[in-house]
Amino acid sequence: MSAPDQRTTTPTLERPTLSLRGVNKSFGAVQVLHDVHLDVYPGTVTALVGDNGAGKSTLIKSIAGIHPIDSGTVEFEGEPVQLNGPRDAARLGIEVVYQDLALADNLDVVQNMFLGRERKRGILLDEASMEEAARDTLAKLSVRTLKSVRQLVSSLSGGQRQTVAIAKAVLWESKLVILDEPTAALGVAQTRQVLDLVRRLADTGHAVVFITHNMVDVFEVADRVAALYLGRVAADVPISEVDRTQVIELITSGRSGELGLAPDALED
Amino acid sequence: MSSNTLTAAEASGPHKPAAGFEGDRHDNTVGGAVRGYVNKLRAGDLGALPAILGIVVLGILFTVLRPDTFLTPLNLSNLLVQSTPIIVLAMGLVFVLLLGEIDLSAGVVSGVCSAVLAQLLVQVGVAWPIAVLAAIATGAVIGVFTGSLVGMVGIPSFVVTLALFLGFQGVTLRIIGQGGTVPVREPVIRALANENVPVTIGWILAVVVAVSYAAFELWRWRSQQSRGLAHQPLVLVVARIVLIAAVVFGVTALLSVDRALAAAIDLAGIPYAVPLVVVLLLVLTFVLSRTTFGRHIYAVGGNAEAARRAGINVTRIRVLAFVISSSLAAISGILATSRLSSVTPDAGAGNTLLYAVGAAVIGGTSLFGGRGKARDAVLGGLVIAIIANGLGLLGVAAYLNFVITGGVLLLAASVDALARRRAATARR
Ligand SMILES: Nc1ncnc2c1ncn2[C@@H]1O[C@H](COP(=O)(O)OP(=O)(O)OP(=O)(O)O)[C@@H](O)[C@H]1O
Ligand SMILES: [Mg+2]
Repeated sequence: MSAPDQRTTTPTLERPTLSLRGVNKSFGAVQVLHDVHLDVYPGTVTALVGDNGAGKSTLIKSIAGIHPIDSGTVEFEGEPVQLNGPRDAARLGIEVVYQDLALADNLDVVQNMFLGRERKRGILLDEASMEEAARDTLAKLSVRTLKSVRQLVSSLSGGQRQTVAIAKAVLWESKLVILDEPTAALGVAQTRQVLDLVRRLADTGHAVVFITHNMVDVFEVADRVAALYLGRVAADVPISEVDRTQVIELITSGRSGELGLAPDALED
Repeated sequence: MSSNTLTAAEASGPHKPAAGFEGDRHDNTVGGAVRGYVNKLRAGDLGALPAILGIVVLGILFTVLRPDTFLTPLNLSNLLVQSTPIIVLAMGLVFVLLLGEIDLSAGVVSGVCSAVLAQLLVQVGVAWPIAVLAAIATGAVIGVFTGSLVGMVGIPSFVVTLALFLGFQGVTLRIIGQGGTVPVREPVIRALANENVPVTIGWILAVVVAVSYAAFELWRWRSQQSRGLAHQPLVLVVARIVLIAAVVFGVTALLSVDRALAAAIDLAGIPYAVPLVVVLLLVLTFVLSRTTFGRHIYAVGGNAEAARRAGINVTRIRVLAFVISSSLAAISGILATSRLSSVTPDAGAGNTLLYAVGAAVIGGTSLFGGRGKARDAVLGGLVIAIIANGLGLLGVAAYLNFVITGGVLLLAASVDALARRRAATARR
């Protein structure tokens, strides 16, 4: 773990891995995301916080290409990109661990980890190499609670499922890893492991977006914090510039002192 | 930002995990494998067990009730031929059921395709390969239509195929003509269900099947074992090979006996329809378990949203499943045509579909999607055929036949639903 003082030297001058500019997203008549601006930097953990229903999951699903945005621009490593489907995102090196995990219960751990990107030999599935790679990745994450990589996901506990979902994301050569409340279902030891992993991902050059409701986690692992309030970005600042009370104010009211949304933006 | 994998920081140590995955090693012992199997049963996944029990129990029952007729080579070969159209139709349904969808029109689609086949042979007078290809193409096109309505328009498959169930009966009626029956005397088509593979060739085929199965299983076991992958204990693999070989050779021996009732005629060998079903079984098993397409079918059936997020084209999978189902329905229609040597306006209607759905579900395919295999259709189809055949030998009234077969389907569906509940509670 890097010390907090190291983290204050956030490489803000570096080119962001991902920049969102003026992103809007509606479901039918309900506008969920309003004019979202967000920058995510390599080697940096960005904590994305906000109340229930603020639009965090919707935002990351837009980045993942699952809910393509209505308007606005997305730049990936400085290039404008269109994210119209999960494959677009995967091709760029964006990996997502979803809040609802998105695992197929009737498939085993290996099959889930390679779902949609199976290794093949000719037309045959290359089960052997997939099993080896899956086991390696799980071992690297020090997952010790899994009995077999050929176990059906339906037989796993909540925490084990979470681990498989994370392992699935780090299996790939990725540049941006997004985790939607990855510690929500986990016990103390597992949470510790996930936080370490999040830090490690950033230290190996990944840009990491980490969604959580837990302030302790935010201040322990994040370099930047972005607060969403009713679908608007209330603040996107280095962690060193805010304290816990301010973050909570940003989450609950969209404002905290100088920071946050202008009062008129809060009215409509 | 050069290296973007975790490996850079973490890969110094040896990759073989020091702890964890102990199941991958325990399962290599017979005890571990048995425990695993019992756990699977406990969790509600009965696999092939009900179908195998069904075959054994019903076989004993009808042997006791009709000792002179049921267990004779002649009746068993009839039974096998009877089962082939059901099995092939059920194989197609497995694909649709795996997605959690249903195809109520599969039976009448087989009727439409056999009508196309018959009229092309009889009215137009084309060669049999062309008629067969046309029948299968008809099935495929129907599958594209059904699949698009389900996958692209988004109408529940139950409604789409219920409407088509009615509509296609009209189509068959139109092609064949009211009250008419088109006799099919084309020798190759007729031979499928009515002629036998010469006995020597039958034995050669049996040996080839048994030996290749054994070779494949042993090769797979060896490569899994040598690469340190999860694998079954060798004893179990060998036991399975012995079992399969016993069944293959047993059936071949039985069908190689001269079963003609008159001494002057020679009637021996495996009916051609049987190797056809075996080939379909191998091909479809391969597709489902060894290709990405098969993997994606399971994924869509298990969690369509997860499949979509994994970048799988869910619509394409849905459409293709219906194409496969309807194409196999066409082959099932061809087999039925061969058996009856004719096509009637009500071909594929009546209890055809019920039999096929029953076969798939009895065999272990779930009506809720995500669980099923091609072999389920074979095992379940045999159960259905034994019931139909046995009740026929008993001379049971037609109404009872319907009631009993319907009851068996309900029983199988209940087992399926209970298994699912069991799996759901076992998880929490
Ligand atoms: N597919 C959808 N269709 C319609 N509305 C949706 C859809 N997905 C999300 N919403 C709505 O968008 C809003 C934001 O939801 P979202 O899931 O993004 O919140 P969140 O910030 O992730 O909340 P939580 O902390 O509870 O996970 C909610 O009001 C929700 O009802
Ligand atoms: Mg959420």
